[in-house]
Amino acid sequence: MIYMDHSATSPVDIEVFNAMKPYFVESYGNASTLYSLGREARRAMESSREKVASIIGANTDEIIFTSGGTESDNIAIKGTAYRFKRRGNHIITSNIEHPAVDETCKYLEKNGFEVTYLPVEKDGIVNSSDLEDAITDKTILITVMHANNEIGTIQPISEIGEIARENKIYFHADAVQSVGKIPVNVEELNVDMLSLSAHKLYGPKGVGALYIKKGVRVEPIIHGGGHEKGIRPGTENVAGIVGLGKACEISENNLEEEAQYLTSMRDELIKRVLSEIDESYLNGHPTKRLPNNINFRFTGIEGESLVLHLDSKNIASSTGSACSSKKLEASHVLMALGLKEVQAHGSLRLTLGKENKVEDIDYVIESIKNAVDTLRKMSPLWCQAKV
Amino acid sequence: MVSGKGLINMYSEKVMEHFSNPRNVGVIEDADGVGTVGNPVCGDLMTIYIKVKDNIIEDIKFKTFGCGAAIATSSMVTEMAMGKTIEEALKISRNDVADELEGLPPVKMHCSNLAADALKAAIDNYKKKLAEKD
Repeated sequence: MIYMDHSATSPVDIEVFNAMKPYFVESYGNASTLYSLGREARRAMESSREKVASIIGANTDEIIFTSGGTESDNIAIKGTAYRFKRRGNHIITSNIEHPAVDETCKYLEKNGFEVTYLPVEKDGIVNSSDLEDAITDKTILITVMHANNEIGTIQPISEIGEIARENKIYFHADAVQSVGKIPVNVEELNVDMLSLSAHKLYGPKGVGALYIKKGVRVEPIIHGGGHEKGIRPGTENVAGIVGLGKACEISENNLEEEAQYLTSMRDELIKRVLSEIDESYLNGHPTKRLPNNINFRFTGIEGESLVLHLDSKNIASSTGSACSSKKLEASHVLMALGLKEVQAHGSLRLTLGKENKVEDIDYVIESIKNAVDTLRKMSPLWCQAKV
Repeated sequence: MVSGKGLINMYSEKVMEHFSNPRNVGVIEDADGVGTVGNPVCGDLMTIYIKVKDNIIEDIKFKTFGCGAAIATSSMVTEMAMGKTIEEALKISRNDVADELEGLPPVKMHCSNLAADALKAAIDNYKKKLAEKD
């Protein structure tokens, strides 16, 4: 299997797995207990907190462990909305957010909040002057993702954060896709809150973190035994947290080298596919994108079929086509770029990872060419396009 | 975004078999009937061509833009209709096609199971042409 769907999830690094193992059967203590077994768990957790804080340039007491990106986003957004509901009811986000942000905002809209969805330019980047125009005296939160999960575009988070700060508005960034891929520093990015997830950076599923800047306060959205400063109660997932910490440590140490490796592979794949396949295009910005993200579209074919063909060649990929989504709607991200539905249907996302090999590129390109060719021969649209 | 493995789990082996080796792909230049259904905006568009002799479908081909289910149902309906009389072919329903494919995921039953409609459209076109000749 040539796995090129790392933005969906990534394999657990064997070092991460080994670090986690002792915390299931041997060191199984509840981190809130006083005896040595519990203290051991607590120590492991706090050491992980340092590693998570380190990869984003935060202080350890600014890290809250959660069950993953979705929960982190929910705590940041609903937690801010609930805390400031008397002060204002306006939230600003972008129109290319992950469902964890998008659907949370839509839920709040149904409950008396107003949400502005900032448009993106054709290359998938938010224009920060649109943001300034959108701010009102009721605005209590701005939430914009650092890097997009579908097209990999990197947003001007630092600029947006500066605007938020000038206007004394909380600013949250979903950095689930960017942490471990590009440098993420909470000070430089001017964020008040930032979400990250373990399984996107070779850690386990079901664990993540929310950075909450010192002095920033949100209402908890679930209630219980006071763990994680009461912001995320529930007995801690010690093994998962250890895995997250280890994954962050490895990622931080290899960040630059890995980014270079992935970028060169990405650019080679993009260059060759665009030159070797007729009417193929790149979605998103050519350079302001994650080192591992490629999102093509091909005229005249549908993405689910393409993904299935590549799967039969043992290549794992994904698409933003409506036919593949549960809602049967074309990807809102691709539509936000100004594409037509039929163009969005023809999309293919490849997200690379450190275990992908340069030697595999020829095979991947050949397989894409063959699949596109087969599907185009079958497509009434391709005939029309060509006649 | 949806990835490969999830889709494979969703589809029966029969669907995957027809998707991977679709029968009767192509165009019949001097077709007696042509039918197109679907809408590329929704992600599915299919055209069926038939050649009819003595009231029997003696050749049938298709071209489809769409997902795995759209391609598999197109392929299946051409196989089912080949050699049948017009009356028999008209009886082929969406459900028949899905059943022959050992089922389709519920979400695909409505949107991508258009092949029987395309066959009907091709037969209607054939009948219309026949009436015009008379």
